[in-house]
Amino acid sequence: MLIAATLAILVVMIMATIRAVMGPTLYDRVLAVNMFGTKTVLLISLLGFVMGRPEFLDIAIVYSLINFISVIGVLRYSGHFTLKQSGEQKK
Amino acid sequence: MDTLVNISSTVLLLIGSFLFLSGGIGVLRFPDFYTRMHAVGVTETLATSMILLGLILHNPDFMVDVKLIIILLMTLFISPTASHALANAAIHNDLSKQKDDKPDDEVKPSNP
Amino acid sequence: MKDLLAVVMLLGIYSLLSASFFVAMDAVDVAFTEAAVGAGISTLLMLVAITMTGRKEHHARHKPLLALAVVIVTGSLLIYGTLDMPYFGSAEAPIHQHVAPRYINDSMQEIGVPNIVTSVLASYRAFDTFGEVVVIFTAGMGVLALLSVVRHPEDTAKIDSINHSMHEQHLILRIVSKIMIPFILLFAFYVQFHGDFGPGGGFQAGVIFASAILLYAMLFGMSTARRVINQSLIQILAATGVLLYGSIGIVSLLNGKEFFDYSALSADPVAGQHLGILLIELGVGITVASVMVIIFFNFADRRDFSPKKENKDL
Repeated sequence: MLIAATLAILVVMIMATIRAVMGPTLYDRVLAVNMFGTKTVLLISLLGFVMGRPEFLDIAIVYSLINFISVIGVLRYSGHFTLKQSGEQKK
Repeated sequence: MDTLVNISSTVLLLIGSFLFLSGGIGVLRFPDFYTRMHAVGVTETLATSMILLGLILHNPDFMVDVKLIIILLMTLFISPTASHALANAAIHNDLSKQKDDKPDDEVKPSNP
Repeated sequence: MKDLLAVVMLLGIYSLLSASFFVAMDAVDVAFTEAAVGAGISTLLMLVAITMTGRKEHHARHKPLLALAVVIVTGSLLIYGTLDMPYFGSAEAPIHQHVAPRYINDSMQEIGVPNIVTSVLASYRAFDTFGEVVVIFTAGMGVLALLSVVRHPEDTAKIDSINHSMHEQHLILRIVSKIMIPFILLFAFYVQFHGDFGPGGGFQAGVIFASAILLYAMLFGMSTARRVINQSLIQILAATGVLLYGSIGIVSLLNGKEFFDYSALSADPVAGQHLGILLIELGVGITVASVMVIIFFNFADRRDFSPKKENKDL
């Protein structure tokens, strides 16, 4: 059962990667990266159980935090680009 | 009792897998950014919670359960907030709400 | 694709994939470091760098064919060289014959720390780790030497107006971050001190600590963050980490043993090892966190400074 769930997660990660490469706008790509990150959290937890080493859960905690911070970072800085080129500063 | 726990853990894992598979299909096939966001944002949190609950039931060790509960709580906090932040940024930068038939790589600046 | 922001996103996915590979290969500490550094700090620093340089890549003025040819030739030579190497994980590989069995067999008696990666990193190879910490410190010094600008005194009215306009836009994010940031800092301390028994250690803890501070700086504005984290304090802390690390070695020298021989630190050699590993991991963590914060603050400083003359509606 765990192995079936792990395979399903791998399939979803491939789907997210396709969307990240394909997505026409920036926000599609950020969405795909965010989704990839949460699926990685699940993948690491499941792999930890499948391989019998529950120390992986520390990595899963770090991953969810890092995923959050990266998405917030991208969104915080994505609004600055075109506005900077058009000569207007907006915080 | 033991088989009940096993069965419920398996059922939760199955529901979780189904949910995020449907979220993944949604993100590939929906026509517009906002609809994709809806597919992913809703199913992702719920699927993660289901799978983590299934893992908690599957496992008797206390320390591991505490860490799984920590991941669950953090996902419940983080995942909806990230979806909100993404949708907010998209609205704030006036991303178009129609089907995207032409790729546009520029983020449109918002009207003052 | 010419959009650098999309490239940064894809680099984030790449680093997440590498961390999953490391997890599948059962290398927990490496996956930890890759997760924290590659997907977190690298993405943030590259994002801030892109805000300075602009988002689109310029058109290449000439096709770099010669460079491509050199890369292909060198790459194929390297791949040809690896064909002779033993298979992945085979028992006759030289690394499994000489050094690794000695570490695996003797680490528990000599050092008494369950995590062999930490014992190798902090005790058997402490000199290499010292070099790494000095490299990180030098990177921070380089950024400070090249990019630091003189700060003009901020007037509080401008700060308040910036905060007010940002407040409504990012309200939910701010509230959730206020809840998450203490937890992230606490988790960084957990990783730091738990590095003896599970995956973790100084590098990862420093990076997680720095990313919590960067989250605060991103959501609450650079000026507020600079009031919270004093710039000179961070620079002093960066130097203190390296100094702490080096002074452990000097104390061992003064006690009559070799450089970085931790058994000189206490009466019982194993307790001395524990104490030594604890202190140098602390030094590593302090330096890594401070240098990451210094680099980010200096990058964001440049960005804040350049379009200041065109500020009309603040």
